[in-house]
Formats: sequence, structure tokens, C-alpha cells
Amino acid sequence: MAKLILSVDGQVLKEFNLSKERTLIGRKAHNDIQIDNLAVSGEHAAIITILNDSFIEDLGSTNGTMVNGKPIKKHFLQNNDVVEIGKHKLKYFNDAPQAATAADFEKTMIIRNPARAAPPPPKPADPGLGDTQTNLRPVTEAPKPAPAAPTPAAENTSPPAPPPARPVPPPPPPAPPPVAPPPVAPAPPPAPAAAGGTPLREAAIQVLSGAAAGRTLDLTKNLTTIGKPGLQVAVITKRPNGYFITHVEGATYPTLNGASLGGQAHPLNDHDLIEIAGVKMEFFYKP
Amino acid sequence: MNLSQSLQSASLTDPGRVRDHNEDCIESRPEIGLFVLADGMGGYNAGEVASGMATSLISDGLQDAWSIPEVARRSRDEAKALSEKLIREHIGRANNAIFTTSQNNPECAGMGTTLVVCLFYDNFVTVAHIGDSRLYRLRGDLMEQVTRDHSLLQEQLDSGLITPEEAKLSQNKNLVTRALGIDPSVDSEIHVYETQPDDIFVLCSDGLSDMVEDEEIRLTLITLKTNPNLTVQQLVQAANDNGGRDNISAMLIRVTEPFGVPRGWIARFKALFR
Repeated sequence: MAKLILSVDGQVLKEFNLSKERTLIGRKAHNDIQIDNLAVSGEHAAIITILNDSFIEDLGSTNGTMVNGKPIKKHFLQNNDVVEIGKHKLKYFNDAPQAATAADFEKTMIIRNPARAAPPPPKPADPGLGDTQTNLRPVTEAPKPAPAAPTPAAENTSPPAPPPARPVPPPPPPAPPPVAPPPVAPAPPPAPAAAGGTPLREAAIQVLSGAAAGRTLDLTKNLTTIGKPGLQVAVITKRPNGYFITHVEGATYPTLNGASLGGQAHPLNDHDLIEIAGVKMEFFYKP
Repeated sequence: MNLSQSLQSASLTDPGRVRDHNEDCIESRPEIGLFVLADGMGGYNAGEVASGMATSLISDGLQDAWSIPEVARRSRDEAKALSEKLIREHIGRANNAIFTTSQNNPECAGMGTTLVVCLFYDNFVTVAHIGDSRLYRLRGDLMEQVTRDHSLLQEQLDSGLITPEEAKLSQNKNLVTRALGIDPSVDSEIHVYETQPDDIFVLCSDGLSDMVEDEEIRLTLITLKTNPNLTVQQLVQAANDNGGRDNISAMLIRVTEPFGVPRGWIARFKALFR
């Protein structure tokens, strides 16, 4: 659960869990987070929490609300954001979905209006935010390790129901024991090119023959096509682990160092020779 | 009339780099212009049961019900209305079957699936969807998201609570507001769109749309449009290169020529000699 830590002049005063849909911040006593200081308006700001996301909204306060040093009217809070109200600071922490549980956490889940599952009490549709919040609740949790999770419906304990009218596939074979990390862990997902790791070196191709001989083409895009449309085209893909060339169109394949490309992708090495649509070119890493 | 002459298609599904099994399921029947994609969820490993039931029941059901020689006797508007009616009906049946199975098998409790169905006919496509699996359309250089997700995040976008830039940072991406098979009845959203030659349609699960920016999908479609197989491979690879945190599925359909149904006796006579 996300939380806020209230401090003033570097002194921590209190910690608040954002358990409510709407958390009020202000000077008066009825606020969820009361800051008794004259720089703070009676009802200064509100934090709206929808499951894992929280938003802060200034309620027209006299002295305003700042987030990370900038005045805001409304702001979508991110982990480690600092909210400033007068001299008071509220630091926002939301580290719930850590990498270890990310796989389970990100599983698609359904949330729905409980009124639809049960006989619906007639209720006017209201697209307003407040209504959305109150109607929504998570229905299924992330899968538990226990294979036979108890089901909410009581009928499930009765003897097997008559076969359904339509043919349905048999239930799946008994679930294998839960494997928390796969026994042979696949290579960890590569870090996004921008963050950490060694960024991919810049590369280019130089045309060696034909009318455009001598020209170089920098491979800056993720996909760069070369060749003549309609005749022979290949694409060079820039990936986190290097550059690759693949045939795209044309009855015959381009060659790489004299060998036909075939239908597969081939990694490119420094000074590889490509011949496509009768034109020779060289791939090279920039110094 | 065989639609696979006018529609070039390719599809691919991949478990991604984090999950050890694939809960996505795809099924294509290019001869009748039918493409179905489902992304299963819930239960203990039962997501793939739900998505598998959805794709096979809907594909088989529509293959039987959508008889092209019979549909060809109707007017274009009647064909549109019939396609909507039949798709709705077969989604309803699949919903029943999945819901009943999940009620009767504790290991399937709570399972459900998202769904996208495309049925191409007579220069139009009827699109049904439930949940956050998507259909994109590239026309010229412009790519549009045809379906609007049934998700919490989309509701927040619609109400203006959150901007599209902020949405990328949201931790509520995985919450859908509609799914097939979780309730006794389902509300599927169905629309009919006109198609044009050279349109490219892409059905995908959130394993693609969450991992690869729309702009990158668009550039991939434009760059590799002459080779549908390579395009879907490239899309899946891009999602994996960006982390592959979920199962990834993509189905691509390229309209290579108009596929209007000949009407009137002269047109029908000419069509015999095409």
C-alpha cells in the first residue's frame, strides 16, 4: 500500500497509509492528515487513490500545493514524489510491485461492478470519478500457489453437475506443482537500452558500388530498410544485443559475405559485406 | 469466393520472456475472413483454458453459421447486420461454455478471457472486442487504435483523470472491466468498419501493446508491409527485446485488393470469369 511520510525541517512527524479512496489534507481537525499550521488551508488538498495509483489535487488552497518544487493543481503521484504544503513535506512511497512479484502482479485481472454479478439494484449511471471508485472492486486475486483455490460459489461442493448442453473441452490436466522461478531460469530480460548496461554501439553502412558509391547511411532507427522496393529489400534491425539483417521482399535473397541470407535473420559483424539488388555495401561500427 | 486471395495474413503467439506458459490463444480462418485472438486470465493456469475455448468455439461456430454462398444472396446491409448478430450470438455461447466450466471445475474458478474478433466480408470488417486486447488499423501512414479498451485505465483517460502520458506510468494497467466467461452474460462491443485496399489490421494482446510503443508498431507496419510474416515476428521480437513481461500475440491482415461481392446479374456473370 502506498504511504506518505510527513516531515517538517527534516524531522519526521508521522506516517500515513493511503488506505482510503479520498484522503483529505488540511488544518482543520476533520482532515485525515491534519497539519496544524496557519500556512495550511482548512481543507488544503486531497489524495485520490485508485488501487495502485494515487493522485493529489489542490482544493483551492490559499498558499498552494507544490510537488517536487513545482506548484500543481492536480498531479499523478509517482514513487518518491515530495509534496510541499507550506513548510511541511509529505514524501510519497509506492513500491508495491517490486520486480520479484512483478510477474504475478502484472497478470491481467478483472474488476467489475458487483451489481452486475448479483441482481442489480437500479442505479443511475454516473461517469463521475466518485461513482467509478465505489463501484469497482477487484474480483479475482493474482493466482495463488494452491491449485484448488476455494471457490466462492457454494454449488461447487455439490456432486458433479449434469453435463453442459454444449460440448466443452475437458478440464485441464492436474496443474503441475507451482514453480516459483522456472527451474532453468531464462536469460533475464535485457535492460531497456536506455537504462544501464552498455548502450549499443552506433553503426552505419557504406555503399561500395553503383551510383551511390561512397555514401554512408547511419543506422539510427530500430528498422532500416535497404535495397530496391519491388525488386529486393532487406531490413536491418537494431536490437539490444546487436544489429541483424533479414530478407523482406524479392524472389531472390541478398547475400552476406557471399552467402545467401535465406529466410532467417543474421547477426551483423563489423566489416560484413552485404550485396543487395546488385549493390555492394559494408556494415561497420562507428569508432 | 475465397477471401484469402484478397487478404494476406500472418500471425504469431509467444510466451514472452517471463511467463513459463502462454495464456494467449489465436485462431484464423482466412478463407472466410475470420480472425480471433484471446488473452486468458485467472484461475490456476486456467487462463489458457478460457482463451482456448473462446477461440475454438467462436471460430468453429462462425465457420458453420457464416456460410458465404448463403450470405451472398443478401444485400450488403443485411450481411452487415447478420455478421453482427452471429458474432454476438457465438460470443454469448462461448461465454456460457466458459462460465459453466469455471463453475463446475474448481481448478478453473474465476477464469476468463479478453477477446477480439474480426470478420471480413464485402469490403467491410465486423469487429467485436471485450477487455484490453486491441485492433489497430494502418491506413496510409496513419495508424489508429480501432478498439477502445474495456479497462480501468481507459475509464480514467475518458474521465480526464489521467493524461495519455501519465497513463504510461500507471500501475493499474492490468485491470480490465469486461471479460468473457466471468459472468452468466457478457456485453460485447461490436462495430462495422469499411475497409480499403492496402489497409493493414493488427489484432494484438496487451503483451504487445504494453511493451511496444504505438509509434514503433506503426513504423514496423510501414517499413515491413510487404512481408506480413516478418512483420509479426518483428513485433513479437520488439516486445521481447523490451522485456517480454507478458504473453505476446499479433495477427496481421493486409487487404491486398477490394473484396466486394458482385451484385446484379452482369457483375455475377463477370465474376465467374475472374
